[in-house]
Amino acid sequence: MKLIMIIFYVLEVIAGLSAVCILFTRNIFYGALFLIVCLLSISGIFILLNAEFLAVTQILIYTGGVLLLIVFGVMVTGKLLGKPLVVNNKYWLLGCILGASVFATLPKLFSDVKFYSNNSALTPEGYNSINQIGILFMTDYVLPFEVTGILLLIALIGAAVSISAFTLFKKL
Amino acid sequence: MFPVEHILYLSALLFSVGLMIIIIKQNAIMVLLGIELLLNAANLNLVAFNQLQPQTFTGQMFALFVIVVAVCEAAVGLAIVLRVYKYYQTSILSEISELKE
Repeated sequence: MKLIMIIFYVLEVIAGLSAVCILFTRNIFYGALFLIVCLLSISGIFILLNAEFLAVTQILIYTGGVLLLIVFGVMVTGKLLGKPLVVNNKYWLLGCILGASVFATLPKLFSDVKFYSNNSALTPEGYNSINQIGILFMTDYVLPFEVTGILLLIALIGAAVSISAFTLFKKL
Repeated sequence: MFPVEHILYLSALLFSVGLMIIIIKQNAIMVLLGIELLLNAANLNLVAFNQLQPQTFTGQMFALFVIVVAVCEAAVGLAIVLRVYKYYQTSILSEISELKE
């Protein structure tokens, strides 16, 4: 077994274990830290799957931006009394039944499907994904790119307005 | 080439764990963490199927747009959570039930 396959399996195990740990921790801050570990190992898997640009985007946006936002939200919504913010769990039976059934049926869907591929090497010859993605953003995917910019602007304004002291939700 | 089946099993695990977090956890911010996990499971599938056809970049482009939409969702969702916390003084989801009374 080559070293790169061992790295691949280790990253997979870390991603799965840290995702399961979010389920069993009751401290929100530890949950956010476990999610950071999970997202970093997923970005490592992206690098191994020839998606370097996506891996860097994942690190920059998810573990840099979204998790910072979530930790900030934990800080704001906590009572800040010195004790850790503890989450109560409810509906364990319902959640376990639904999660187990999804996890049992999803692999059954693709267990008897054979996925054919036209490459067998780990990295194909002359492969440069960042270059290709940059060209595709400016040629084939121009319209989704621009629409994404408008969507980001809308989300920015919406979040800023709904969090500000704007008296839209005042008691009627 | 890495085995696609492994990544599919991993993303099935991530998807079911995210679903369980959304149902079980009682705090709104924890539910947002679960949604991020669901979106990452979808991204993992897209990149894995892109790897089968490395000359096309459809899966990777789709995953990039999924990431952008996830960022918008996290920002707006967290703003709503903070607003609800200001109004109800709690972020526990089952206590936010004004229509039930």
